[in-house]
Amino acid sequence: MSALRILVPVKRVIDYAVKPRVNKTQSAVETAGVKHSMNPFDELSVEEAVRIREKKRAAGGVEDICAISAGPAKAQDILRTAMAMGADRGIHVEVKEGDDLEPLTVAKMLQKAVEKEKSNLVILGKQSIDDDAAQTGPMLAGLLGWPQATQASKIEFGEGDSVTVTKEVDGGVETVRARLPLVVTTDLRLNEPRYASLPNIMKAKKKKLDKVTLGDFGLENEKRLKVVRVTEPPARQGGGKVENVDGLIGKLKELGAL
Amino acid sequence: MLPTARQLLARPRLGLVTSSLHLATGRSGRFLSTLAILEQRDGQLNAGSLSALTAAAKLGGTVHGFIAGSKASAAAEQAAKVGGVEQIITVDNEAYEKGLAENYAPLLVENIKKGSYTHVITGHTAFGKNVAPRLAALLDSQQISDVTSIEDEKTFVRPIYAGNAIATVESSDAVKILTIRGTAFAPAVPDSGKASIVQGVDPKAGSTSEWVSENLAKSDRPDLATASKVVSGGRGLKSKEDFDKVMLPLADALGAAVGASRAAVDSGYADNSLQVGQTGKVVAPQLYMAVGISGAIQHLAGMKDSKVIAAINKDADAPIFQVADVGLVGDLFANVPELTEKVKAGQ
Repeated sequence: MSALRILVPVKRVIDYAVKPRVNKTQSAVETAGVKHSMNPFDELSVEEAVRIREKKRAAGGVEDICAISAGPAKAQDILRTAMAMGADRGIHVEVKEGDDLEPLTVAKMLQKAVEKEKSNLVILGKQSIDDDAAQTGPMLAGLLGWPQATQASKIEFGEGDSVTVTKEVDGGVETVRARLPLVVTTDLRLNEPRYASLPNIMKAKKKKLDKVTLGDFGLENEKRLKVVRVTEPPARQGGGKVENVDGLIGKLKELGAL
Repeated sequence: MLPTARQLLARPRLGLVTSSLHLATGRSGRFLSTLAILEQRDGQLNAGSLSALTAAAKLGGTVHGFIAGSKASAAAEQAAKVGGVEQIITVDNEAYEKGLAENYAPLLVENIKKGSYTHVITGHTAFGKNVAPRLAALLDSQQISDVTSIEDEKTFVRPIYAGNAIATVESSDAVKILTIRGTAFAPAVPDSGKASIVQGVDPKAGSTSEWVSENLAKSDRPDLATASKVVSGGRGLKSKEDFDKVMLPLADALGAAVGASRAAVDSGYADNSLQVGQTGKVVAPQLYMAVGISGAIQHLAGMKDSKVIAAINKDADAPIFQVADVGLVGDLFANVPELTEKVKAGQ
């Protein structure tokens, strides 16, 4: 079995616990001064890559775990977190603050990175919690012509580069099998990401972090979608409380729900 | 039981759009044609995927449907009865039955090229999320995911940040690929339409992945994604036994589907496929009853478009009460069985 060279794309997003606010000009969500963290699904990707190595799950072993992120300078914090969790090195694709990339551009960038880094397994989150697109993984697989296993809750390595993945689908789970090279996207049930320990955070500061630009990959930030406006969703007003079950039934009947 | 109320709603709206179909095409000056990709299993149409036909009709222009699988023709006959649909394209080949993206996406590319479609629509379901982005990449198109509203042929509305913001975007792509939120477009109703059924192109592309098995939760209750009533349990249920003992009788008394919060799923009280929220299912039933669910933003993302929200929680300060139309502060283990009995007695 081939040794694994795992590429783990990670994204810096507004922390999941923060309630996002639309900016005054209704052009985007306010990001200045807001807590950011690694996209939760990407933490699962890093954790899985590290576990594959630690538990020696793949017969060929893990030769390299490379985290990659496109974003402003602060995206490096996210890459350091990935390295503190166990990634060997990082690649930062510098993009100006506020100059977000569309998933298709990210997929094209990752395609180039895969070719350059000779990756044979890419583990991505199933979606980022900011734009909720859920596109980059399958787009990358399509561009590379590789098989894909989306919304993975279990990844097992077999003989001769075969990988069996259990996927979360509507109504239950589905199991598919493919051969390396492969693109996998992670679902919540895949694992529980570790916290980076202080010594590992210190060690991560010494790990290699390359800086590149989209131009180095022969790409530019092409926008296919124009954001016309971003608005707050219509607010929902609580309708008050009732004293007991009879009150509940009465109110539901009044609202036509029973 | 199918959500009849919603289907009734679908009719007049579909009719309206269909009658203005030629006008819309004339105004835009460019021929619009949309391919709606329908999901099927063993020749049975997935009811939720009929929403793609409703969304397609909203664009104006020609509407074609696409179905592939081992018994695609059987499903095609159902879909052909949807009014306003001109043609259903089928590819009968077992290789596409499981919707493996590796061969399904190239299959779509061939049929989209042949039909010169300007728009391709499928549901934002596990299938749509798997296949559509791969297709989009092959066509070099920036997909628009989880669309909740179509403003015109190039302008679409979609929620971002777990539904905490609503983005309106304009696409400049030649072929626009959309996945749509099923709850935002009522499923089209197969009625007295007479679309022609034609065989599609089959490039017979091999798949680089193989389907091994599936394990689907079997249930006689309504499907969560399309049910008109949903009762959902959270961490407050304490155990799987209690979840089953408290929630299932209530669901049955109401004729509701069962949902769960992430906490309940992670704790093993309910199956993963029942999770409602940003990372699970998005539902918008007539009635959503949240039991023992605090109401984190990730959960609200999956249910806050419900018509009526009811909450039962012992914590009077739980955020769920800020969105609930009716809230009951109290012990769910006493209140839910009482509610179940009274609902049953009222029938």
